[in-house]
Amino acid sequence: MIEFIDVSKTFCPHAIKRLRTDARKSAATSDKAGGVASDAPNIEKTATDWVLRDINLTLEQGDVYGIIGVSGAGKSTLARCVNLLERPTLGQVIVDGQDITNFTGRDLLDLRAKIGIVFQDFNLFQQRSVLQNVTFPLEVRRDTKSARIARGKELLDLVGLSDKACSYPSQLSGGQQQRVSIARALANHPKYLLWDEATSALDTVTTNSILQLLREINRELSVTVLVITHEMSVIRKVCNKVAVIDEGRIVERGNVSDIFLAPKESITKELLAEVIISA
Amino acid sequence: MPEILTLLMGYWTDFGDLIIEGTRDTLLMTFVATAFAYVLGIPLGVLLTVAAPGSLRPNRIISGMLGWVVNIGRSLPFVILIVVLIPVTRAIVGTSIGVPGAIVPLAIAATPFVARIIENSLAEIPAGVIQAAQSYGASLWQIITKVYLREALPAIVRSAAITTITVFGYTAIAGMVGAGGLGDIAIRYGYHRFQTDVLLVILVVIILLIQLIQMAFDIAVRRIDKRS
Ligand SMILES: Nc1ncnc2c1ncn2[C@@H]1O[C@H](COP(=O)(O)OP(=O)(O)O)[C@@H](O)[C@H]1O
Ligand SMILES: [Mg+2]
Repeated sequence: MIEFIDVSKTFCPHAIKRLRTDARKSAATSDKAGGVASDAPNIEKTATDWVLRDINLTLEQGDVYGIIGVSGAGKSTLARCVNLLERPTLGQVIVDGQDITNFTGRDLLDLRAKIGIVFQDFNLFQQRSVLQNVTFPLEVRRDTKSARIARGKELLDLVGLSDKACSYPSQLSGGQQQRVSIARALANHPKYLLWDEATSALDTVTTNSILQLLREINRELSVTVLVITHEMSVIRKVCNKVAVIDEGRIVERGNVSDIFLAPKESITKELLAEVIISA
Repeated sequence: MPEILTLLMGYWTDFGDLIIEGTRDTLLMTFVATAFAYVLGIPLGVLLTVAAPGSLRPNRIISGMLGWVVNIGRSLPFVILIVVLIPVTRAIVGTSIGVPGAIVPLAIAATPFVARIIENSLAEIPAGVIQAAQSYGASLWQIITKVYLREALPAIVRSAAITTITVFGYTAIAGMVGAGGLGDIAIRYGYHRFQTDVLLVILVVIILLIQLIQMAFDIAVRRIDKRS
């Protein structure tokens, strides 16, 4: 289970500094007052650009949870708070009951190793063969070469690229490259997968086959997935739950079928309109 | 045409040994100094990269100071550097003249250049690729060795051609302080004794060597770069 508790995020260094001193001050005063729990730093008083505001979200085991919003809404930042590529400014992220928000060092590396991530632009290692790309997370863990090769073959089989083990990313199509990056994301048997616009650079047919693969991964490997997208069609095809994010806030959420049948917010209706037009 | 050939053959019998010796000295200075410059410059370039603001281990003091030192190193004219470094050179190789005496200032002059070139080569790697490595639990050291240096290898080798050829050019200046090499011969015979013919032959040899060096690096890059 992954939980976001009152997560807010800003990239503004001044605001971050101010919030820290506020928090320290209020902690000091509450100590004097006899150890009463300190107030949270006053986010409203802090004038800044909030990229995420008071995000509360729970991913249950087995969910394919969609986060949808327009470009710049804060979707990627939200996903990246799970493996701490970004750190929340305020609030906590809880993974399997553990508050990971302040993880550093070995803990951080171990956390990251058990969360797979797939990016829009693949981010494959150009100088490594397909097999070496897929086994990179295992190399990092110092698995033996034979173990890596065995697991790598298994993964390439899973994504349907057994014959490409010795190819290089530049020799593959976009869809094939994304399959490689999906295989890489699964190398460590992750419980969770972050899926950041993974099909946004692909054509419709390729998108469908990649989304089919995502469904299989969710069902057969029981991987819980956080799907980031700006396309309702992706939500409809793979997600069971969805949250609509706008300017850093979650404005609407629920089961996908409910949201599709009765959207409340205008931004949700707008996002839905595109599916209806393109369908 | 045959006349030119006989003329060249004539020069060869007269100056062949001299030119072979000069070529040997020049190549020795060039490659040894370049190699040392890379041994020193790669860690510096990596440090510049990871300590830069917004990078893996942002550190204003290290990146600021290192940037300054590198810039100062690059702005000193080589002739001055040779002179300034004489005590250092003596301390390292025991002499400040000849081929060994030239290698030290050459290597030190090329190091900041290499540091910047490495920094540029590493900057070519998309930020997303580094984030991918981070996401899979790679440590800083693993990201440097398994991602930065490995992904940038073709760019580094390509840039090594530029460095080598630049150092090759510097050896001519080192020749002025008695280091030997082709540049030294060119100055002694061509400039001081007005033997333009010797100058011409040396020019041909230098052009051929530069072409060969560039070609060798091009072939190496083509073999290791998996993007093409
Ligand atoms: N590293 C960063 N530094 C400063 N601002 C950033 C950074 N990353 C993202 N932002 C800003 O945060 C906002 C949300 O970005 P992002 O999470 O990438 O949105 P989305 O994925 O929904 O398109 C944008 O306004 C973007 O400019
Ligand atoms: Mg995004």
